[in-house]
Amino acid sequence: MNHIQNFTKGFIKENPVFVLLLGMCPTLGTTTSSINGLGMGLATAFVLTMSNLVVSLVKNQIPDKVRIPSFIVIIATFVTIVELLMQAFTPTLFYQLGLFIPLIVVNCIVLGRAEAFASKNTVGSSVLDGFGMGLGFAFALTILGSVRELLGSGAIFGIHLMKGDMMLVFVLAPGAFIALGYIIAIINKLNKTA
Amino acid sequence: MASKKESTFAHMVVTLFLVALIAALALGSVYVVTKKPIALAKKKKQEAAIKAVLPAFDKITVKKFPDADGVDSLQFNIAFRNGKMIGVAVNTYTNKGFGGRIEAMVGLLDDGTIYNTSVLSLKETPGLGTKLEKKKSNFPDQFIGKNPATFKLKVKKDGGNVDAITAATISSRAFCDALQRAYDTFEKEKDKLK
Repeated sequence: MNHIQNFTKGFIKENPVFVLLLGMCPTLGTTTSSINGLGMGLATAFVLTMSNLVVSLVKNQIPDKVRIPSFIVIIATFVTIVELLMQAFTPTLFYQLGLFIPLIVVNCIVLGRAEAFASKNTVGSSVLDGFGMGLGFAFALTILGSVRELLGSGAIFGIHLMKGDMMLVFVLAPGAFIALGYIIAIINKLNKTA
Repeated sequence: MASKKESTFAHMVVTLFLVALIAALALGSVYVVTKKPIALAKKKKQEAAIKAVLPAFDKITVKKFPDADGVDSLQFNIAFRNGKMIGVAVNTYTNKGFGGRIEAMVGLLDDGTIYNTSVLSLKETPGLGTKLEKKKSNFPDQFIGKNPATFKLKVKKDGGNVDAITAATISSRAFCDALQRAYDTFEKEKDKLK
């Protein structure tokens, strides 16, 4: 597999949310609006890229039996760094995403990529993989957030396109499942015809 | 490619120790770097909230008083203009929200009249309970200029004067509770303010 494929596979073909169905908890929980989805996605993308980088750098120094705890510590470090940075420089977004930022630690995409890809591949392709997967995740969350915000409150990125109350259910938890289901159906259709 | 380290006891202990040590150092340095901006962002938020709920002032003194039911304490930000006390911005809260704790800032003039209110943090249902926030609905506007001595801080359903948010009676009740708490404490302590 070449570098470009390592990078682009995260968008549609192996999109972590729409195809692999990983990381559903933040996906459903934070996508009440497009900006929340984008913020959460980018935070995860940063953690994913950095942890893939470090894991692939140290993969030969870490004995197999302790690799999972080591990976988790590495991931948790980057998550805490993101948390502190967001708290300092984007406080509004930080308070909206709240609990979901520290929960990136247990996002299965991050550990999944560290274990399945970064611990077996070179530094370069691991970084590309992490970055691509991260952007794919951010892309998916932004799409889902936009759909929910548009149907639920008639706005995209906080810009109101329609007046009045919309289908409120889309902002609430059941709407997340409904919207995600339809988007996955569309993506599956696209992947089949492509 | 160098061969993997074997999983001997010594290797595992050393590896985990080093991973944890490096992680701790990294976190420590990021914490030091972001400490100031985080404190600044919090202070800014607090100051902006005080400014939003009180008429123009030139000096603030901060005092803490136990609240009326004695469980917690409220922070009183007492505002002065030309040496005269003009009002108090109270950091108040309620635990009766639909999603738990709601924190709000209430500006009370020296006779106890509500000048303005602002929500600092809430976990209410998006699209319903979040209408407590000023930019999302005109619910908070009905409190402006009302004195709780004559204006009953209860939703109409409970025999008060407050128009509840449709489909968010619990959130509306909770907000009233937060205001009442601020007012009661203000009444109890008002001699100590000047």
